[in-house]
Amino acid sequence: MDKWQPGASLNTLRHRAAMLSSVREFFKQRSVLEVDVPVMGKATVTDLNIDSITTSAVGEQGYLQTSPEYFMKRLLASGIGDIYFMGKAFRDGEVGLKHNPEFTILEWYRCGWDDHQLMSELAELISLLLAEEVGISRDITKMSYSDCFSDSVGFDPHSAELRNLQSLAAKLSSQSWINETRANCLDLIFSSQVEPHLPCGITIIYDYPECQAALAQISVNSAGQNVSKRFEAFVNGVEIANGYLELTDACEQRERFKHDRKARELLSKTVVPVDQKFLNALNSGIPACAGVAVGLDRLLMGALGVNSIDQVLTFSWLRC
Amino acid sequence: MANYSTNEFRSGLKVMLDGDPCSILENEFVKPGKGQAFSRVKLRNLKTSRVLEKTFKSGESLEGADVMDQDMQYLYTDGDFWYFMEPDTFEQHQATESAVGDALPWLSEQDVCMVTLYNGSPLSVMPPNHVEIEIIETDPGLRGDTAQGGSKPAKLVTGAVVKVPLFLDQGDVIKVDTRTGEYQGRVK
Repeated sequence: MDKWQPGASLNTLRHRAAMLSSVREFFKQRSVLEVDVPVMGKATVTDLNIDSITTSAVGEQGYLQTSPEYFMKRLLASGIGDIYFMGKAFRDGEVGLKHNPEFTILEWYRCGWDDHQLMSELAELISLLLAEEVGISRDITKMSYSDCFSDSVGFDPHSAELRNLQSLAAKLSSQSWINETRANCLDLIFSSQVEPHLPCGITIIYDYPECQAALAQISVNSAGQNVSKRFEAFVNGVEIANGYLELTDACEQRERFKHDRKARELLSKTVVPVDQKFLNALNSGIPACAGVAVGLDRLLMGALGVNSIDQVLTFSWLRC
Repeated sequence: MANYSTNEFRSGLKVMLDGDPCSILENEFVKPGKGQAFSRVKLRNLKTSRVLEKTFKSGESLEGADVMDQDMQYLYTDGDFWYFMEPDTFEQHQATESAVGDALPWLSEQDVCMVTLYNGSPLSVMPPNHVEIEIIETDPGLRGDTAQGGSKPAKLVTGAVVKVPLFLDQGDVIKVDTRTGEYQGRVK
């Protein structure tokens, strides 16, 4: 693409500016402090499916942060209280209609809250940010992962046997899925069978499968199944937010890092060092809290009813 | 043939899927925030013309299909096969009725068609966008009614039936758009 022009119209850029200032006003009224943590760090996430962009500074290797999470949790450990970050995050290899390797993230933490309290606040914020447009649905639907999965697919995702998930995944795509992991099969089935049928407006889905816990606590649901206290928000079927009742146990965190690193090694992916300072902060103790991250570019896409992320960014990677 | 990985999937790329040659129409990058990246791909099966949607893991690959489009002159049919010739090499290819498919009612000898070859044999045939064919059968022409609108069916020597204006007669040669089947004009 040789075009020098921005992808977003001037009108969209005004909406974008208004959205950022609405967010700041929302948190100011609620006494949540804005923090401006580094976007370049010496460590990064070990997540199997999130790849960091490497860089270097003063002769040392660095990573562009895939989210402000570790730095924010170090602030929480220092006793700062409720905080939010609004700025850039980076993920390698992600480019498409709804992805750009550099994107704008809003992440916040509420001390002493549980996941359901934070879901309410998230719904309130999304609803406020969508409200600036006419004709955009702001209906809020809240349902468990298990309910929306079994509504669309016909069986319970938590108790389903792995081979049943694998054979459904293989049927939906190809035979190469027959040996896939539980998490990957669930993601494939969810994105092709559940997401397209999500209601219009804002949908919040909670109690994700245990195998997709990431940094969330594990708990037991009303059916006696292990689930993760992780939730996601969708606007018109597009994933825009991911939150947790945060894991605060340093030992458990260390185990999950180890597990991630092993999984990366098995797939011959770059194995990144564990963020020791983050673990030290957890070790010293962080308050019980819930946190959530929102992709603001996608939220703006939802607010304006456009279907390509290029249309809401000044210059997407294609134009840089 | 070479293998193509999901990040090389582009519209127009010909690949093998479940034993059939397919053409890629669209490739969408899908990635749940914490999950594995997928490619949601729309393909057209070149044998059946059906469009299908498949999801691949990022990095999965498909074998390229030995599919090639080539302009060829239509020669004749013996009732079982339809014969086409490469204009440069004079090499002849025989196409089955299913390969000729929808092109059948438009084929006039010596017209140049686009033949899609799969492993060297015709897989499908595209007639020229515009063809000139003689009317073999239609109601008698209404002279002097040329200003009035209205149309009537006319059967062409190749077998197609086209709606034509009322003033045309058997023996007239007309120009037709094969993509829409619409009459374009009379050829003097």
